Amino acid sequence: MEAVLFFAAAIGALGGAIGVVAMRNPLFSVLALIVHLFSLAVLFLLLAAAFVAAAQVVVYAGAVMVLYVFVVAYVGGDEESAWEPIPGQRLLAPLLGAALFVELSIAVLGSSLLALGTNGPKVNPGFGDPAAIGRLLLERFLIPFEASSILLLLAAVGAVVLAGRKREESA
Amino acid sequence: MSATAWAWLVLFFPLLGSIAIALGYRAIPARVAGAIGTAAIGLAFACGIAALVNLLGEAPDARHHASSLWDYASAAGLDIKLGIFVDPLSTFMVLVVTGVSTLIHLYSFGYMRSDEGYHRFFSYLNFFVFSMLLLVLAGNFVLLIVGWAFVGFASYALISFWYRRTTATGAGMKAFVINVVGDIGLVLAAFLIFRELGTFEYGAVFQRAPGVFHTNEWTVTAICLLLLLGAFAKSAQLPLHTWLPDAMEGPTPVSALIHAATMVTAGVYLIARTHVLFVLAPTAADVAAFTGLATLLVAGTIALVMTDLKRAIAYSTMSQIGYMVVGVSIGAYSAGMFHLMTHAFFKALLFMAAGSIIAAMANEQNIDRMSGFGRAMRFTSATMLAGGLALAAFPGTSGFFSKDEILAYATARGGMYEIFTVLGYAGALLTAVYTFRLIFRILPGQPCKEARELIDTGHVAHEAPRNPASGEEEDTEVGFPGAEHHIAEQSLSMRIAMAVLAFLALFGGLVQVPGVDDAITKFLDPVFANSPLSAIHPSVAASWTGLAIGTAISLGGIAIAYWLYVVQPAAPGILQRRLRPLYTLLVNKWYFDELIDVLVVRPALAIGRFANRTFERVVVGGLITGAEDVVGSTGRVVRFAQSGFVRGYALLLLAGFAGLALYFLLSSQ
Amino acid sequence: MNVEWYIVLSSLLFAVGALGILIRRSPIVILLCLELMLNAGNLALVAFSRMVGNQQGQVFALIVMVVAACEVVVGLGLIVAIFRCRLPLDVDELRELRG
Repeated sequence: MEAVLFFAAAIGALGGAIGVVAMRNPLFSVLALIVHLFSLAVLFLLLAAAFVAAAQVVVYAGAVMVLYVFVVAYVGGDEESAWEPIPGQRLLAPLLGAALFVELSIAVLGSSLLALGTNGPKVNPGFGDPAAIGRLLLERFLIPFEASSILLLLAAVGAVVLAGRKREESA
Repeated sequence: MSATAWAWLVLFFPLLGSIAIALGYRAIPARVAGAIGTAAIGLAFACGIAALVNLLGEAPDARHHASSLWDYASAAGLDIKLGIFVDPLSTFMVLVVTGVSTLIHLYSFGYMRSDEGYHRFFSYLNFFVFSMLLLVLAGNFVLLIVGWAFVGFASYALISFWYRRTTATGAGMKAFVINVVGDIGLVLAAFLIFRELGTFEYGAVFQRAPGVFHTNEWTVTAICLLLLLGAFAKSAQLPLHTWLPDAMEGPTPVSALIHAATMVTAGVYLIARTHVLFVLAPTAADVAAFTGLATLLVAGTIALVMTDLKRAIAYSTMSQIGYMVVGVSIGAYSAGMFHLMTHAFFKALLFMAAGSIIAAMANEQNIDRMSGFGRAMRFTSATMLAGGLALAAFPGTSGFFSKDEILAYATARGGMYEIFTVLGYAGALLTAVYTFRLIFRILPGQPCKEARELIDTGHVAHEAPRNPASGEEEDTEVGFPGAEHHIAEQSLSMRIAMAVLAFLALFGGLVQVPGVDDAITKFLDPVFANSPLSAIHPSVAASWTGLAIGTAISLGGIAIAYWLYVVQPAAPGILQRRLRPLYTLLVNKWYFDELIDVLVVRPALAIGRFANRTFERVVVGGLITGAEDVVGSTGRVVRFAQSGFVRGYALLLLAGFAGLALYFLLSSQ
Repeated sequence: MNVEWYIVLSSLLFAVGALGILIRRSPIVILLCLELMLNAGNLALVAFSRMVGNQQGQVFALIVMVVAACEVVVGLGLIVAIFRCRLPLDVDELRELRG
């Protein structure tokens, strides 16, 4: 059962990813990414990370993607030209991607981490619950938590500055 | 005070004079500068006299002293001191140099009066005297080379004194380059001496040499031949003589001092000083003697056809130095030095008189345009006649006794050396002819335009200033001769100097009349006692026979000149046309300049062009432009990475990361 | 499923994201691919967290999500600003910074 779910979610994630890269229209790319994110949420659930999965759906697929949709609607999507100005880019990019995948896989799989071959240790039912995550966030990782809040504030301010209307010069 | 202390003072005064005038030339008025210069040399002469007196007060065998101020270079087995060597030979040279120099400074005081470079002239002239004294007083070969080089520089500075004349600067460079060739010989000889004998000091070298070298061994012959190279360059003997006639571009006092009385005798002094080595290498001594003989004759023949007054006297100098070189090479040391002294007197006098006449001719030097000065300038003519008589070895004059003493010695030595006597007398005939050619052309006859002006108005002629050699117009500012010309009749200092020299030229030979007195020989004997050749003395009878032959030749030569230039003035023209090839050879100075051009100058220029075209352009330039190209092309290649495309940067980033990951994967196997 | 599967999937998604950045020219799509890569990292984090047995990886993944959100905000703000200046929305056209 778990395997079936895994493969379904994996195919969804992969398909979404390829859709993001391959679609001509940026709006379709955004939609593909939403599919990808949902699949990832399923994978998170399989890994006993309930809160992270919920956050993924609500924050990422919900808020961030909506933001993307707004921007794409505002900006519009142009067809990209076919001509490639950088010599060798279209050839090297897939090769590098493949090389990267192979290397990363070998790096991880070839490492002597014995636990990789397992499903992981037996966990309590409360593993990945909001309560557990919340306790960690507010007790052990308080400073990263606060720092990320400040980061959010900065980002908000930055966005307002970047996208705000230019003030007219007083004559 | 000791003789060496006086000798140091002799060196000190001219140097002080030179530096004082050089540093204070803005503040010191012209006449004071001239007075300082003359006084400096006068003081040096006085100190030389004091040294002589000191020396004479000692026993003849003890008359050699070395004295050093401080160590010059003392490392790596070398031990060179700043040292002088005072003995009869150096004292003799000091007296001749300072004595004649004082008189020439006195002459220049009046002659160069209106020249803009008056201060520079006296500073250079004092420096020259200092260098010459350093050369003759040096106590080791290194200091000799130092003095030798300084003298070469002073000669260059004074030949190019009128530096805005291109002919003068060219002549200065020619003299310097040929002197450098001689310097090479001298320096190599010094190296060889050090290598063989281990020291540079005169005393030690001459003591060790007979023990170390066998006669005619190749090392000592090489040393002597290299010394001869230096001596011939400095004394203008064949084939390194081409600079001397061109050196007449300098002012007349310079020609009188440097190129007649002092610098050109440095080679003769060198051979005399190193006579111990020449005794050990008779082949080299013979080479020197025959070169001197050849120079004697060649220069004498060229002087017969020269039309430039100063150049004619210059060839005469070359010829007379040939006599001196013959003298010191075949063993007639004191005779050679005696001729050096008398030649200094009458040649300096001749140049002074020539300077006066050239001034009267408004700087024109061509004798074809001069005539009738016997009436216009009596004093100058009288002194010129005195000098000419001495040069032609007229009986009773100084030149008479000195020249014939050398030739008598040659006969006394016998064997092959008799050829020197025969050809020496031939040269004496040539001397008499060319000397009186000049005198009979310039002095008697109808006064030329300038002479007439002098007779009628008493003023020196004034022409537009011209370069006498090339005829081009010039002005009279610094770097050119001054606007006024000074003749002896109008300048007391010039007259005093010329009068003293005239007296010495006429009566200076009386110190060494054969059979009567031999002051010079007795004085110089201790120096040359260690040479077997100094034991040869011509008998009194042989000497007087020689003098008789000399009288006949001298009077004969004067008579020939009289006939050619006074009685039958058309005769020289006819001779010239009949003997056209010979005349062409002589007028072109035996084509020596052309020979040197082909043998030396053109190959040197060709080598330079080759070096420029191939080595410089290909190798050196190639290396540098090659390095430049490498850097440029590397930059051009690397610049591709800075394309401005974000995706390109991302590609490079990812590629780098992939490469790094690959490396770590591989290295962790 | 073994943890390795998740890791392999994560690296595959990462590679696809990298490929997308290299190939696409629209800044919006490039940002989306950037999201892909971040999410791949998140997947790896959560997988390892499960493997190790504590939730620290999950917390890390949450923080990564926060950072990704900030970055998207600023990036989209940039894109809007570029669009407002009527510049072409094409990273190949926007190349004033070059050597």
